[in-house]
Amino acid sequence: MSGRRSRSKQSTVSRITDDQIADLVSKLQQLIPELRRRRFDKVSSSKVLQETCNYIRSLHREVEDLSDRLSQLLASTDSDSDQAAIIRSLLM
Amino acid sequence: MNKYNPDRMNPSSLRSRFTTRFLRNLSKIHAQKPSSSSSPAEIFRRYRRIKVAADKSMAYSVRSRRTWSRAMLWKLRTRPCSTSIRKTRHEKQNKNRTTTATTGEDRVGFGVEADELRELVPGGEAMDLCNLLHETAHYIKCLTTQVQVMKKIADFYSP
Repeated sequence: MSGRRSRSKQSTVSRITDDQIADLVSKLQQLIPELRRRRFDKVSSSKVLQETCNYIRSLHREVEDLSDRLSQLLASTDSDSDQAAIIRSLLM
Repeated sequence: MNKYNPDRMNPSSLRSRFTTRFLRNLSKIHAQKPSSSSSPAEIFRRYRRIKVAADKSMAYSVRSRRTWSRAMLWKLRTRPCSTSIRKTRHEKQNKNRTTTATTGEDRVGFGVEADELRELVPGGEAMDLCNLLHETAHYIKCLTTQVQVMKKIADFYSP
């Protein structure tokens, strides 16, 4: 029993197994729209990481564009009494 | 170390927490607009405040449950002004060159892409590959929620 315990300790502390990494990479693959369609193809891990970086960058850009849009929209709005309506429609 | 469990991540409550916080921050920013609210400098200032508010709202909605949110909260608390964000990125690049947080084993086969990812995910430079992948997955989910909510708000206010 102690042998088993020390073996599992080894796998989490000193050596991260390739299976763990592959598992995490495949989970990442599910999240990226580009790669989700190719779920059953063999996509290399470095491609997944590359697409992940591109995807995060595009999400950052979207946030910036939306912030820009919102700042212009806020300039032209007078009151924000619609806030309750927004929250309701967003969370419905 | 947290085991990655997609069921524990509840996007609808994260979405509602983020929405409430972000709308509250938006109305604060909106209330503080001066009379000359349409000058380009003012719009740019407001754009920066909205972007920071969005990132901050998301980080607060996740609280300190994640390394990336802790790193982002720390960054936002210690460097609130816009010029220092450039400095932080520069410092991060220097840190990447000198940090030895990752062992040789972790980086076999993933060197360049993992480093790129480390620059994109807050707090990534100190993570080993396993944690980096966990955090990235959660970070992407939160970013997509953030984008969806911001899009709905922008559409709502559009004429």
